Amino acid sequence: MEQFFQQLTNGLAVGGIYALIALGYTMVYGVLRLINFAHGDLFTIGAYLGLTLLTSLALTDYLSGFLGVGLLALMVMGLVSIIGILLERIAYRPLRESHRLSAVVSALGASIFFQNAIMLIYGAKYYVYPQDLLPNTPIFILGMPIPLMRILILLSSILMMVALYLFVQKTRIGTAIRATAIDQDAARLMGIDVNRVIMIVFCIGPALGGAAGMMVGIYYGQINFTMGWIYGLKAFTAAILGGIGNIPGAMLGGLLLGVIESLSSAYISMAWKDAIAFFVLILILIVRPTGLLGERVAEKI
Amino acid sequence: MKVPGSVPVVLFSALILAAPLVLDHYWLDVLNSIGLYTILGLSLNIILGHAGMFNMGHAAFYAIGAYTTAILNTQYGVPVLWTLPLSGLAAALFAVIVARPIIHLRGDYLLIVTIGMVEIVRIALINDVFGITGGANGIFGISRPELFGFKLRQPQHFYYFIWLFVGITVVLFTLLENSRFGRALNYLREDDVAAEGSGINTAAYKLAAFALGAGWAGMAGTIFASKMTIISPESFSFWESVLLFMIVILGGAGNIAGVILGAFLVIGLPEVFRDLSTARMLFYGLAMMFMMIYRTQGILPPQPRVYRLDRVGENP
Repeated sequence: MEQFFQQLTNGLAVGGIYALIALGYTMVYGVLRLINFAHGDLFTIGAYLGLTLLTSLALTDYLSGFLGVGLLALMVMGLVSIIGILLERIAYRPLRESHRLSAVVSALGASIFFQNAIMLIYGAKYYVYPQDLLPNTPIFILGMPIPLMRILILLSSILMMVALYLFVQKTRIGTAIRATAIDQDAARLMGIDVNRVIMIVFCIGPALGGAAGMMVGIYYGQINFTMGWIYGLKAFTAAILGGIGNIPGAMLGGLLLGVIESLSSAYISMAWKDAIAFFVLILILIVRPTGLLGERVAEKI
Repeated sequence: MKVPGSVPVVLFSALILAAPLVLDHYWLDVLNSIGLYTILGLSLNIILGHAGMFNMGHAAFYAIGAYTTAILNTQYGVPVLWTLPLSGLAAALFAVIVARPIIHLRGDYLLIVTIGMVEIVRIALINDVFGITGGANGIFGISRPELFGFKLRQPQHFYYFIWLFVGITVVLFTLLENSRFGRALNYLREDDVAAEGSGINTAAYKLAAFALGAGWAGMAGTIFASKMTIISPESFSFWESVLLFMIVILGGAGNIAGVILGAFLVIGLPEVFRDLSTARMLFYGLAMMFMMIYRTQGILPPQPRVYRLDRVGENP
């Protein structure tokens, strides 16, 4: 029971991270029908920028404790979103009218570029995050010790998801995003500046991805320039699992994938953990071809 | 039959034939890789380019072919060339089994499922499934192919073997493209509802395209296994599938010449950028991006079929 509970909370924390990255995939997909394969690398950039801000700029003393980490997250999110906007401008906008797969190849090229840029700037070694940023005392829930970090990761990712959900559902800009997702041309005729909407989406998605990268750094303690591939792939899987283009779907898919992975590595087989995650995905898609919450053919964001 | 664009074809063939006379072993090996990826790219082109199904897991079929050869050759002593059709059949059979339940998935859902498939295959190989794949170390000691008592071992032997196979592939696939089958696939790519309405059994055609593309990739696996004599799961990662995907889309999906050009660019460019040492992949990524932006439909997109009015009825 204890082990189950530990694995479950661990899965939820990892799932929260997956969900944050998945939101970037799903929002971009919603408005552009594009699988942004460079998104995983934006996540890595977030992790590295967080580390740089923490260590090399003599800000370490100011950026510990809850407030400091919050501030750090905001800085990382801001920087990564700038990169996201540039990415859209340079790599995707010229391909907007062409075949969808052309933009996918451009995204793959951008991904190779980012990955190698990180490697050239930082080197190919593993980097270690400072471990004393936050107090890591266990919290007792039902008499079982759960690391505080785990709860913080889960809470902050849920917080960001709820904020995003409210933003998309309740604000004017959110309405414009939803309208653009449903029909770009009609949205343009209604006076929505579609380019601006796409820019906002490429600001929010990478920001969440960058925050997730920083969380991985803090949670696992080490980062590497290739980690974006596997996290990106997992998060993309999560987005599809929930029904791509659907924001609650990405959240559900992310959390579910995290829990499936964590439980299957504990109870079935560590070596087969990734295969089991993909196997579950395939099974779900066979039963529900548009993902868990996907309505019709992924037409809603 | 007049072959369109025959001058470039003859010129290209002549260059390929003459290349070993001037190139050293290193560059011949690069051309060998390009040839192998051309075969793989052409096989993916059937699925992705002609039938329009987003398959980003093609390396799985390649792996099945290579492992079939490796197991049959090292465990049962079957000569490598004998395993060529068997690898093709094994990969095609595997494709039919896995594609059957997922063939109705649309676009991006199919894409992630094929990615999942290639990852599952790789993990299964690493975990030494059925105890025959040799785990993470792979299988070594695969023998060289032998043709009428002549053993291929030098790079130039493989060079002619591979490019001969490319030539056969190009001829067969050109015929296929212009056949009823090829036209049906193009129809499904453009509009599968209309195709179904016109009496095309879309599920059967999609499955056939998958089986054919996979079988051909399986045979490329045989060539790879016998050329390397050692194979391991790392040779068939998701990255390989991505490379093949880029070859087809960048070169020009649905066009044989485009796919060949794509293989030269995607596989050859890192070699051209070799002087940049560690920065070479950085420029490679940029080159991929900008080539795609510059030629948004691929570098050599397929020409639309032309049916001349005065020839209608001659050729069904």
